[in-house]
Amino acid sequence: MSLKDKLVSSYLAFEDYIDADSHIHEIRNKAIKTFENSGFPSKKDEAWKYTSLNAIIKEDYCIFPKKENTVEFKEVKKYFLHEIDTYKIVFIDGVYNSFLSETTHDKVDVCLMSSALSKPKYKAVVENYFNKAAKEDSLTSLNTAFAKEGAYIFIPKHREVEKPIEIINFATGNEAALLLQPRNLIVAEENAHVQIIERHQSLTENAVFTNSVTEIFAEKNSSIDYYKVQNDNQSASLIDNTFISQKDGSNVSVHTFSFGGKLIRNNLNFYQKGERVNSTLKGITIIEDKQHVDHSTLVNHIEPNCESHQDYKGIFAGNSTGVFNGRIIVEKEAQKTDAFQQNNNILIDDKATINSKPQLEIFADDVKCSHGCTIGQLDEEAMFYLQTRGVRKKEAQALLMFAFASNVLESVKIHELKARITKLIAKKIGVNLGFNL
Amino acid sequence: MSKYTEDDLQKELETKEYKYGFYTDIKSDTFPVGLNEEVVIAISKKKEEPEWMTKWRLESFRYWKEMIEPEWANVHYQKPDFQAISYYSAPNSKPKYDSLDEVDPELLETFKKLGISIDEQKKLAGVAVDIVMDSVSVATTFKKTLAEKGIIFCSISEAIKEHPELVKKYLGTVVPQRDNFYAALNSAVFSDGSFCYIPKGVRCPMELSTYFRINQAGTGQFERTLVIADEGSYVSYLEGCTAPSRDENQLHAAVVELIALDNAEIKYSTVQNWYPGNKEGKGGVYNFVTKRGLCEKNAKISWTQVETGSAVTWKYPSCILKGDNSIGEFYSIAVTNNFQQADTGTKMIHLGKNTRSTIISKGISAGQSQNSYRGLVQISPRAENARNFSQCDSLLMGNKCGAHTFPYIETKNKTAKIEHEATTSKIGEDQIFYCNQRGIDTEKAIALIVNGFSKEVLNKLPMEFAVEAQKLLEISLEGSVG
Repeated sequence: MSLKDKLVSSYLAFEDYIDADSHIHEIRNKAIKTFENSGFPSKKDEAWKYTSLNAIIKEDYCIFPKKENTVEFKEVKKYFLHEIDTYKIVFIDGVYNSFLSETTHDKVDVCLMSSALSKPKYKAVVENYFNKAAKEDSLTSLNTAFAKEGAYIFIPKHREVEKPIEIINFATGNEAALLLQPRNLIVAEENAHVQIIERHQSLTENAVFTNSVTEIFAEKNSSIDYYKVQNDNQSASLIDNTFISQKDGSNVSVHTFSFGGKLIRNNLNFYQKGERVNSTLKGITIIEDKQHVDHSTLVNHIEPNCESHQDYKGIFAGNSTGVFNGRIIVEKEAQKTDAFQQNNNILIDDKATINSKPQLEIFADDVKCSHGCTIGQLDEEAMFYLQTRGVRKKEAQALLMFAFASNVLESVKIHELKARITKLIAKKIGVNLGFNL
Repeated sequence: MSKYTEDDLQKELETKEYKYGFYTDIKSDTFPVGLNEEVVIAISKKKEEPEWMTKWRLESFRYWKEMIEPEWANVHYQKPDFQAISYYSAPNSKPKYDSLDEVDPELLETFKKLGISIDEQKKLAGVAVDIVMDSVSVATTFKKTLAEKGIIFCSISEAIKEHPELVKKYLGTVVPQRDNFYAALNSAVFSDGSFCYIPKGVRCPMELSTYFRINQAGTGQFERTLVIADEGSYVSYLEGCTAPSRDENQLHAAVVELIALDNAEIKYSTVQNWYPGNKEGKGGVYNFVTKRGLCEKNAKISWTQVETGSAVTWKYPSCILKGDNSIGEFYSIAVTNNFQQADTGTKMIHLGKNTRSTIISKGISAGQSQNSYRGLVQISPRAENARNFSQCDSLLMGNKCGAHTFPYIETKNKTAKIEHEATTSKIGEDQIFYCNQRGIDTEKAIALIVNGFSKEVLNKLPMEFAVEAQKLLEISLEGSVG
């Protein structure tokens, strides 16, 4: 039985044990139909031209893990940003773990999607926002159909969350192959401010396939900083669908750090539904072996006087494949748009591949749009310079790579996270750096 | 069908001939509308082609039947009905002329209207003109001068008869019959086109030029061009197109193949200003062209195009950089106004070592038009030290038009160096104000600015063309200032 058939038939079982009367149910029913009609995307779809899911979907995934699993904090401490105090929403094999988590209802809501979907006091918010930004493509619909758990973050007007929020999804590997579909909803009301770190981590070598959907709503003048740390085992694959809807004067930035995982596909979609909106999309990708990372971004400029900045850096070693598919659409009302997109890549080994497709679709005349894409190597002269000064080749390479990635790293606002990522990069490149960035 | 022999065909043709009468004052025989194997055979027969050519056409036709019309391009149009087109039309005043005096005076008159005076051309800076009027070449000048150097420059049907070994060897090697829908169609029914062969080590002393035009109502034009530059040779080839006003959509599906052998260089320039349809977007030419060049060792192919006409353009002049150290270049200006749609760009396929390519594309959209750049830069694993630079700039006038960029960059070699940049902007109000201040009216100011914007490409055109192209840009953008 193919994974698609299995999913469609298990939807019936899923229906039985969730609250079928809820208003969400209609959305779910519609979504499973969309998925049933379109199935998993194939290379024939233009958006999936360079990324094949065939190897991933042939596994026999367990869709509903049978028992609740736990892990000891000391085993997983290193995956948390433990140097500072944070709110934590932790899931183990898709199930909320209260022992590792630290949630709050004090002025802001940092809690669970499952309670948001079922408790009456959240009904208004859920009705207003749930599935309102998500696209109706097949993978998002698949997630919507099975949406029941994830993070729910609601920041009311004029509130600032005093510490960052971590959303961590662990997979224990108690099942041979596991399919996870977390569904997150984040709403920042007027003038609210929040910082979020998201991470997916499997603890064994068993196959994990995560199809995650995150909807983010930034109301007037709100500000959201979102960091995605993707450093999973090479047996885990991730499809991250993020949809961001922004209102007047809001400011949202998403940083994606892709170092681990077998296959990662980031569908990052920004919809600028107000004036003077600012969107920032940045990413560093450093991969090796047979890893595959695909960044597919969309910035839809709908209203005038908005800005967007994209900056993606990639370093590809071994047999790895990098894909960048960036799309900027400027609608005809969106005059005075300033959209910028940059994608720089370095190939380290002979068998590494890069496919880049930066696209502009512009319907307004008074705009400033540009994109740049480069593929190249580390500067030989710079390498030589460093080596003549006694820096070993490996370190020299690392230095240049850091320099290459630095303007993405610089804009990380959480100091401890920046230090953590610097360490991850050093580890990935295989050097011990005696300096701090 | 299996029993259908050439004799049957002969009979059929005899009875069919002239049955459908004439369209214009120029006597021309036109086939009935529709396309099937018989028509393909008939075209081949009509052109007195050898058997291998007929077979080749039929093979292409069979591929074509299996294919589906592509839809991926960023253009929308009423699909042509391939059974409603007549696939052959030729000016009938045969045999061919030795001098211009014998040419049908009406034909000459049309050329004069288009501003192509053959007499003048003859005297002008050494341009040999092979005029294609409704598919069959009727006048070739300077042939003798070229013949002295061993250069073959003639119509493709002549080449099929006179130089079958060359045609057989190269036809369809760069653009295979089944390459795409329109290439397959062209391979099956191409009526005529140009053939050019430059022998080893010869530098062609003059710019070779062909003028194409569509004259017959309802006649699709299927040109086939084959240019072969043998080792160490050089040729510059010009192609210019004009079409008179027509209310119904006309289909043009040409195939151009360039072959540059070791150390050879081909420069191919196009100015295209076919009827773009009227201001309401009615009529206009559909231009679905496949152009591709193959570079062997140290060879160079340079495409330059100025695209101002056609209702729908779908065109990607490409270079296959097969040989080591070969170079591909693409310079393009695409102007769209009113309801025109253009989806154009290039493909640079790097296969050999140290191959280089440059892409400069300028898109100008006005009115309610849509202008897309679509390009591919592909570096294969064996292409060490490949280098590419791409620049795509778009200029928008008004907020009813669109400018789009779809570059595809695929790299499988770590030594590759690729740069791509694209910008979109509009004509600055301050720029126009500055011109106005100095007594240049807005329309002229725009022409001036557009010229400056496209200069990098215009500079690559041969002199005569550059002047014409500049004028064209002005004409195409007339009335686009709000």
